[in-house]
Amino acid sequence: MSATHAANRVYHLPEEPHHPEGHSTYLGFWLYLMSDCLIFAILFATYAVVGGNYAAGPSPKDLFDLELVALNTAMLLLSSITYGFAMLEMVRGRKKATLGWLGVTGLFGLAFLCIEIYEFAHLIHLGATPQRSAFLSAFFTLVGTHGLHVMFGIIWLVTLMVQVGMHGLTAANQRRLMCLSLFWHFLDIIWIGVFTFVYLMGVL
Amino acid sequence: MYETLLQFLPLIFGRLTLDSFPFYDPIILSTFIVVASGGSALFAWVTYKRLWVYLWNEWFTTVDHKKIGIMYMILGIVMLVRGFADAILMRLQQAMAFGGSEGYLNAHHYDQIFTAHGVIMIFFVAMPLVTGLMNYVVPLQIGARDVSFPFLNNFSFWMTVAGAVLTMISLFVGEFARTGWLAYPPLSGSTYSPGVGMDYYLWGLQIAGIGTTLSGVNLIATIIKMRAPGMKLMQMPVFTWTALCTNVLIVASFPVLAATLALLTLDRYVGTNFFTNDFGGNPMMYVNLIWIWGHPEVYILILPIFGIYSEVVATFCTKRLFGYTSMVYATVVITILSYLVWLHHFFTMGAGASVNSFFGITTMIISIPTGAKIFNWLFTMYKGRIRLELPMLWTIAFMLTFVIGGMTGVLLAVPPADFILHNSLFLIAHFHNVIIGGVVFGLFAGINYWFPKAFGFKLDRFWGLVSFWCWVVGFWVAFTPLYIMGLMGVTRRLRVFDDPSLQIWFVIAAIGAGIIAVGIVAFLIQIYVSIRDRAKLVDRTGDPWNGRTLEWATSSPPADYNFAFTPVVYSGDAWWDMKKHGYQRPLKGFKDIHMPANTATGVILSLLSVAFGFAMVWYMWWLAVLSFIAILAVSIGHTFNYKRDFYIKAAVVAKTEDARTRFLKEGL
Repeated sequence: MSATHAANRVYHLPEEPHHPEGHSTYLGFWLYLMSDCLIFAILFATYAVVGGNYAAGPSPKDLFDLELVALNTAMLLLSSITYGFAMLEMVRGRKKATLGWLGVTGLFGLAFLCIEIYEFAHLIHLGATPQRSAFLSAFFTLVGTHGLHVMFGIIWLVTLMVQVGMHGLTAANQRRLMCLSLFWHFLDIIWIGVFTFVYLMGVL
Repeated sequence: MYETLLQFLPLIFGRLTLDSFPFYDPIILSTFIVVASGGSALFAWVTYKRLWVYLWNEWFTTVDHKKIGIMYMILGIVMLVRGFADAILMRLQQAMAFGGSEGYLNAHHYDQIFTAHGVIMIFFVAMPLVTGLMNYVVPLQIGARDVSFPFLNNFSFWMTVAGAVLTMISLFVGEFARTGWLAYPPLSGSTYSPGVGMDYYLWGLQIAGIGTTLSGVNLIATIIKMRAPGMKLMQMPVFTWTALCTNVLIVASFPVLAATLALLTLDRYVGTNFFTNDFGGNPMMYVNLIWIWGHPEVYILILPIFGIYSEVVATFCTKRLFGYTSMVYATVVITILSYLVWLHHFFTMGAGASVNSFFGITTMIISIPTGAKIFNWLFTMYKGRIRLELPMLWTIAFMLTFVIGGMTGVLLAVPPADFILHNSLFLIAHFHNVIIGGVVFGLFAGINYWFPKAFGFKLDRFWGLVSFWCWVVGFWVAFTPLYIMGLMGVTRRLRVFDDPSLQIWFVIAAIGAGIIAVGIVAFLIQIYVSIRDRAKLVDRTGDPWNGRTLEWATSSPPADYNFAFTPVVYSGDAWWDMKKHGYQRPLKGFKDIHMPANTATGVILSLLSVAFGFAMVWYMWWLAVLSFIAILAVSIGHTFNYKRDFYIKAAVVAKTEDARTRFLKEGL
């Protein structure tokens, strides 16, 4: 580097580089989602390894009711669409419509959870408990972990609805809605994996 | 009446009874008395000095990455003393238990000790010390004011503390796991380990792991998003590069640990059959899963340490690091390869020749980038003006020691050889060779190197030398006998021995451990003496070693805001470049500086997590439910606080910087 060039070096900018609050939130949240994705990866892998070990107990063909699962899947997919509508309203700056769609999303999520709990209760009633075989242990853990995530998603959703109600669609709240949106769609993708690998491939 | 009351006790205390407190064991009882009286003395001293408010406001609730880094270091050093006490107990037992003697430790106690030693040294010594250094140094090296998520940083630290506290509670309330540090099932399942020890293990690690994962997310975001203007990725200091790779490894491996431990927890609490022998469970699946985390964990520890050596070698040879680019690529290659070798921890599982060959070869391949690093350090030293300061001494000792450990590692990577040596003391000697000779030596290099930055004065050289020589000599005296006995076929974790000809080796190993103990005491004395003589050891310049990277551009210790003005970077070794171009520190024109605000949420969540973990261990379901709800409530409550920042006024910045100017002048 030439001396004249070096002499012109500025070691401090006239305007300090600004890192406003939330400048790395999306990156950080993506990283968190990927770490969560790994937890599901392990649960899927576990299911792949021991999912065929029925221990002389019931197998997927004996247990899974595809129609019920299809209904359940529809609830979750619809909730993702309505979350998308909420985000569109958020971008337009319409608080009430945003809250409305968020509410609808929460109800779909709740419906999903209720159907899942019904399914679990039914299986346990049949004697297909998590303790019965390694297959059932892996099944309940994989699907149940997803269900737990949906439950936390709903709690988070309600929290955000309260916060949007209190403070409106501020930059901070928009950021939070965006993170929950990522989370919600992420759970959708995981569920598609569950639906395909656990239910469809188990029965077909 | 009394009888009915007794029936209700389990509802409140779960399975915790008076018998859970090990009064009957004189060793634990006397340890408890020492710890309790030491703890009370410390508590009384802090109260007498009226330091609680100061500690709360300035340290416990802080979001300043520098203070959190220092707290991590203190945690690591305290736990080092605990973990090392376990090591001494084992060495004494093994040196004594010959010729029909049972030694002084019963099997129940001895098995807890070797488990606790491993768990504590990895999770609560090595991890906090490595994380602490990264926390302290990385933001300074990239010219940032703090990390991306300052509150999360505080929360991560306190979750690590919560895990450590649970593990420490197990010493005096109940027991710890007796399974070895990775707790393989079916031994760790409820049939063979019905006690609370395994549950302490599971909840302690699970809680600490949350903190580790989130601190990984935090530091990746920080390095990607917060670098000073102009600093390209290939201009980052090598320590920051290795920190980036390590945190990628953390985020990509700790969730595996969390999931694996959760499955084992379900086996123990719910009665599922993941890792059981019956009903289709598969214990070997646990061994695979835990090592898919466990092998990257090895590199999580060593990569940042390689970064420290790189900084130290370049600084103390007064030369640019040889082969910066190859160093970065070697680090990235190791990061990737670390996921392809896990099976070498259990070649004897019976996976077959092809699988074993694959993992044997990938393992040997890792020695290539590692060897490249060693050559880079050697070539940096070649024709350099080497200053044999303490950090440099540790680095040289590392190179000599670590190469041996690496070579025994390659030996173990050969599956047929591993069939002979697995589970033997040879393996124990090998991994202590790389962890002590690599990680621990590097931590001491790093502590001696950055201490003046953090506190404004250097560490005492004499006691540093005592510590250095005791550690290096002690290590070889303690572990050479283990190599020899390993080759003779002595297996690990044994409590008593029949063959009297082995005793001499264990006695030598115990002497080595004693020498290391002197090294640890000398290190504590070094800190004490340095604080006492701080006026003499003072560093006024902020750049005591003629450093090359940005952390030396600011004062020692740095102001809360790190840099009054964010530096602009034009090349690697940014501070060296600035010095060469006649950089002048700006003395006026200061502006308000935007900073994150303190919060107590991290401490509160940590306390609640300890309560939750303790309740789960002892089956106190009411407390578990209550503390879990409280954790949720506090977390949600925290999000209702939107005011998380404040400004340091320009006048305050000016005052701080003027004080530094006067301080610099006094030194001239």
